[in-house]
Amino acid sequence: MDIKDKIREKLGAKIINWQENSPRRIYFEVKKEDIFETAKFLFKDLGLRFSIASGMENPASLEILYHFSNDNTGEFYSVRVHIEDKKNPAIDSITPIFVGAEWIEREIWEMLGINFIGHPNLKRLLLAEDWPQGQYPLRHNHES
Amino acid sequence: MSHKVIVPIGPYHPLQEEPEFFQLYVDGERVVDIDIIIGYNHRGIEQLAETKHFDQVAFLVERICGICSSSHPYAYVLAVEDILGGEREVVPERALYIRTIIDELQRLHSHLLWLGLAGHFIGYNTVWMWAWKYREPVLDCFEMITGNRQNYAMFKIGGVRRDIKDEDIPVLKKALDELVPAIEMFRGAVMDDPVIKMRLKEAGTLTKQQAIDWCVVGPTARASGINIDIRRDEPYGVTDRVNWSVIIENDGDVFAKTIVRILEMNESVHIIRQCLEKMPKGKIDADIKDVPPGEGIGRVEAPRGECFHYIRSDGTNRPVRLKIRAPSFMNVASDKVAAVGGTISDAALTLAAVDPCYCCTARLAVIDKPSNKKIMNGWDLVKLSQEKTEKLKQGLSDTGK
Amino acid sequence: MDFKLKALTKSIWVFHVSAGSCNNCDIEILDCLTPRFDLERFGIQLIGSVRHADAILITGAMNRKSVPRMKKIYEQAPKPCVVVAVGQCALSRHMFRFSYNVKEPLDNILPVDLYIPGCPPRPEAIIDGIVKLVNKIRENK
Repeated sequence: MDIKDKIREKLGAKIINWQENSPRRIYFEVKKEDIFETAKFLFKDLGLRFSIASGMENPASLEILYHFSNDNTGEFYSVRVHIEDKKNPAIDSITPIFVGAEWIEREIWEMLGINFIGHPNLKRLLLAEDWPQGQYPLRHNHES
Repeated sequence: MSHKVIVPIGPYHPLQEEPEFFQLYVDGERVVDIDIIIGYNHRGIEQLAETKHFDQVAFLVERICGICSSSHPYAYVLAVEDILGGEREVVPERALYIRTIIDELQRLHSHLLWLGLAGHFIGYNTVWMWAWKYREPVLDCFEMITGNRQNYAMFKIGGVRRDIKDEDIPVLKKALDELVPAIEMFRGAVMDDPVIKMRLKEAGTLTKQQAIDWCVVGPTARASGINIDIRRDEPYGVTDRVNWSVIIENDGDVFAKTIVRILEMNESVHIIRQCLEKMPKGKIDADIKDVPPGEGIGRVEAPRGECFHYIRSDGTNRPVRLKIRAPSFMNVASDKVAAVGGTISDAALTLAAVDPCYCCTARLAVIDKPSNKKIMNGWDLVKLSQEKTEKLKQGLSDTGK
Repeated sequence: MDFKLKALTKSIWVFHVSAGSCNNCDIEILDCLTPRFDLERFGIQLIGSVRHADAILITGAMNRKSVPRMKKIYEQAPKPCVVVAVGQCALSRHMFRFSYNVKEPLDNILPVDLYIPGCPPRPEAIIDGIVKLVNKIRENK
């Protein structure tokens, strides 16, 4: 059974939206409450490599894509999560599962202001200390 | 009683390039913890990319890093071509070959550069000078093909900007022929020299499990026994039409990382030679006009590992979002485990061993924690590393007597 | 003319600061020292501490985090000290002009004596720039 089917079987109804742009580019969406479990399943059980997460701002929500790579077949899985609450966005941190996500969560936190619940070391990574609090460079309405 | 000392390394160092700041917590000779502070190079490129149109962004991402100045534009155009249906669908045959040649030439120059710096760090300045001497002909090839020694501006959406002329090919072949004995020499110098072996073995070890947990990529991962290489896993250019092999070592120490890089140079030469033989005639550019709405991902095996670009387009001429992940972003973080437990004289070497795109220090000063007094500056740390090599040499010649 | 400044032209000790560059200028600076160009035969040397420096080479677009560091470095340098801006980013911030993290150009922060343009400047250009500067200091009696 290949990994695609394993994901579909295990996560089942948790997958809101499944989309294959090409055989190597697979995007699926889960609810933000399910991201911890999904990441754990992909990383620990299926042995996929965590590549990176990319956060962005949409008109209606904040969006995070967690990219996982299957290095045996070249398939690239992107787990999409929407966070509707733009005032106080928060999501579970996946750093407790594997440390490789520590830096990128810090980066998304300072760039987009998304709070990662359970992150062990949430402090600034790239921006200077004198960068104004509450300003997020990748939000569309920031002032700088 | 333990007496902890903090050693700040950074953010400016005369030999490395980009600034980065490490704080080593030292107990005697042992490194017990390390704090990595980056951001001295943050220029807001992801946000700037949203203000430029698709063709301009290729020039912008080229200036993320000067050593991999073909990897980032390549990953970016791959991401855009992913929206358009994939590189193979869009790009003319000849351009695929040219792309691979440029990418592999860049790997040669980058690995030689790293080898030189590593040589300097252990006190073998001859290695530094020789490696950089043999790097120059590679840069000459770049200048001949693209018109610049660095920042080649070769990649554009749908093809490449400049062709490789027929009269350039013999020159290129000759340069490669001259490079092969040099690589062979370096391989001999590193593998057979007992001092280098003693110095690099078991320094800065990253075990396979740690490598998986920290999600490291590229030569750093391959030296720890992880079998990944984007060129094979997700072929781009013509990397699946030529013969080459992925180099894997299992020890995870600095020695393994060095071996992986040296042997990879041979593979790169091999790939370029095959490309030059097989390259067909034809167009080099597909003249892409518009980018449709959608999202795309481009991945390239940069000299340091997987370089990742995610792009989203809404049908206008500017990207909505461009996410860039340079390989060092994952690799540098793993220094946290690689350097801890080693001695302080190995630290400079270990931090450099992942081939970070960074500049380690100038005012690398050792601060005594209680008194906050500086007792050592950055240069001394490199010196410390060099002295250790010297001692090993001494010991070796004593036992030989 | 300043006697100390004139003495400085004999064997320039150079300290190199990367204030948010892409590495290219930095590599070309190092390239000047390696066998093909070999600046060390003129006594020009890269050094590890700014306290020994006669000249500071600055590359890169100044970002918010590196500007305070750079000011500190300049304060620590013995005076007189020559400041050289290498590369387009140090000259004009290049394509990072509108970035949120790059606020002001180098000449607003430090007094710059020599500008070497290029992206990146070739090693020959860097050597040429240094020679011009040395000649200018010598003539300026």
